This record gives sequence, C-alpha cells and structure tokens, in this order.
Amino acid sequence: MTVSPARARLRATLVDARVLVPTDAPGVYGRSAGFESVVEGLEGLVLRAGADRPVESVRFPPVLPRTVFEASGYLESFPDLIGSVHTFAGDEASHAALLAAVESGESWTDGLVPADVMLCPAVCHPLYPTCAGTLPAGGRRVEVSGWCFRHEPSEDPFRMQAFRQHDYVALDGPDEARRHRDDWIQRGASLLGRLGLEVEAVAANDPFFGRAGRLLAASQRTQELKLELVARIDDDDPPVALCSANSHLDHFALTFGIATADGEVAHTSCFGFGLDRITLALLARHGPDPDRWPAAVRSALWP
Amino acid sequence: MADVEERIRAVLAAHARMPGGVEALDDTADLYAAGMTSHASVNVMLAIEDEFDVEFPERLLRKDTFASVSAIRIALEELLGA
Repeated sequence: MTVSPARARLRATLVDARVLVPTDAPGVYGRSAGFESVVEGLEGLVLRAGADRPVESVRFPPVLPRTVFEASGYLESFPDLIGSVHTFAGDEASHAALLAAVESGESWTDGLVPADVMLCPAVCHPLYPTCAGTLPAGGRRVEVSGWCFRHEPSEDPFRMQAFRQHDYVALDGPDEARRHRDDWIQRGASLLGRLGLEVEAVAANDPFFGRAGRLLAASQRTQELKLELVARIDDDDPPVALCSANSHLDHFALTFGIATADGEVAHTSCFGFGLDRITLALLARHGPDPDRWPAAVRSALWP
Repeated sequence: MADVEERIRAVLAAHARMPGGVEALDDTADLYAAGMTSHASVNVMLAIEDEFDVEFPERLLRKDTFASVSAIRIALEELLGA
C-alpha cells in the first residue's frame, strides 16, 4: 500500500527520533517512553471526561473467545481484517516435521490448529456477552480500554495493525443509547480541542467487505449509525478519524440476549477514543518531543 | 411484469427474514419497516442477482434500491432493459 509523502515524512521523523520503533511487520511498532506517557495522559483525561457520571470499568485482554467472535458478526462483515490465533497440537514427529519446514524456508503453518481465541478487533466486543440478561433500570454504562488488532498492513503510521481504543459503552433503551453516543461526540470534540486538535464530526462507514459490503456501508451512512471525529493532519491525505461513535441498534443485544429492565430488547452504542491515533496526531501537530508541547496541552494531559 | 414480481416476492420470502412474511405486504410497503435488517438486505441483493442473472452496479448499491417490492422491480427493469 502506497503512502503519501507527508505520511512517509511523519513516519521517518518519528522513527528517527525513536518515538516509534519499527518491526518486520508493517504497522506493528514499539513505542517510546514518551509516546507511552502521552497515551497514559490521554487515558487519565478520558477517564476524567466521564467522571461526572457513574460508570463501571472492565479491562479485557487483547484476545476474545472464538465463540464470541463467531456470534459478533465480524466475520460476515470484515473477513479481511480478522486475526486468528493458532497453536500446535501435534506429536513429536509432527513437531520435527514443522521445525524441518521452518529450517528449509517452507510453509510451516499448515499443521497448526485454531486456538479457542481470536485477536480482539474492537475493544467493546468482549463486553457484550458478559452483559447477557436483564439490565438494571437506567441501563449500564461501562468504560473499556485495551488493544485491538486489524489486519491492515501499511506504512502509514496512522494505520497500525495493533492499536489501543478507550470506549464508553451504553447498554440501555434505544433513545438512551443514541443520546449516550451523541453526548460523547460533544465531550470527545471538546477534549480534543483542549489538546489543540480541531475536529469535525462526520458521517462515516466501516470498511465492509466486498460488493455486499457496499450496500451495508451505504445503509450505515444513510442511517448515520457511525460518526467519526476527524482531524486534518496534512494536505496530502484525507482527514484522519481520531474518535468513532457507533450505534449498534439491537445487533449485540439480540445476539447476546440483553434486555432492558422493562423487558424490551436493549440497544447498545459506543464512543471510542483512538489512543494511538490521537497520540500520533499530537506528535504531528506539536512535534516529536512532548516536553516541548504547548503548556496548555501539557497541563491537560498531565495536570 | 407479474412474473418478475412473483420472483422478487419468492426471493424476499426466502431471504428477507421479516417476522410477518412478505405475503401481507403491498408492492410499495417499506421492507425495512417490516423488519428486514441490513444484513438480510444483502442476502436479498445477492439472491436477486442470482435469480435474474444481473449485477447491481455501484450506484444502485443503496438502501433505497431494496426498500420495497416496487423499488426492486424498478431497479431490475433498468438492468434488464425492460
């Protein structure tokens, strides 16, 4: 995948400054202590932005059960983005054959078998099956944060294969779930504004697979089920989504059996902060050394 | 076009997964309002393409194209040159 000159320059600047440490896999990076301190500052800022209302917190590892993955509908919509975990379950003879294949540079993965987990494609997906049953009156608000994987190898630093999201999720009635999402769009835009990032809320669609996906994408846009907060990073590229606000309607609630207190099928929505993307946008806007960022940005991140 | 309509309705009966079925709906009834989901509409689209041996061009891959029996028929008439 080709990358614009501006993105190539940004990548070179961050790699030269050892802020990003490239690996053999495109879009898979080590991060410097400085980069991580920005992510930690963002996590704190995001938590403070939601601290005026009660919210549950849960952290899942970056894998989710294969059963949950199968039920989620992700495979129908994004087969090209998935990450499946495989392992070895053979005997000593097949182990020797596997090592011999590696040694001779042949394909060695044919003998692997699927493990019972997949890489997590979206940080909120492991949450929904754990909320099966009847919600309390007033629904539930849950914040989740963690690593996601999407198979999109690229030299564009804004398109990583492994990245972090911090999500605020609502499980509630249809109107409440929609309000949660729309309220967080305002909160998210204001948070990013404090960091010197001007954003615009735009209707968006997920990269659904194939021709059928075009219909799904068009449908998602028409219904404004997905909005993104986008920022212009450079003049070579379209604006980059830093936050994503999603109405799932009753998709996850029907799939995993989640009902409101009055017995109706619940609706869910989420608002996600792209922690690595926001950090990259800050590095692009204010320079590769966070110690030299504007005082207002620094005090917002590290009060 | 009666035959075309019957074939469209057969596809909807098999793929639209509407709780009340397709029989009770008139030609202009909103299929999404009758419970057809976006994912079901994709299956309808693929099955219509199969049934009529056509391929919907990009500009017709919209929610409206599959919103009613008559909307599907109008799109098909255009593709079949009827």
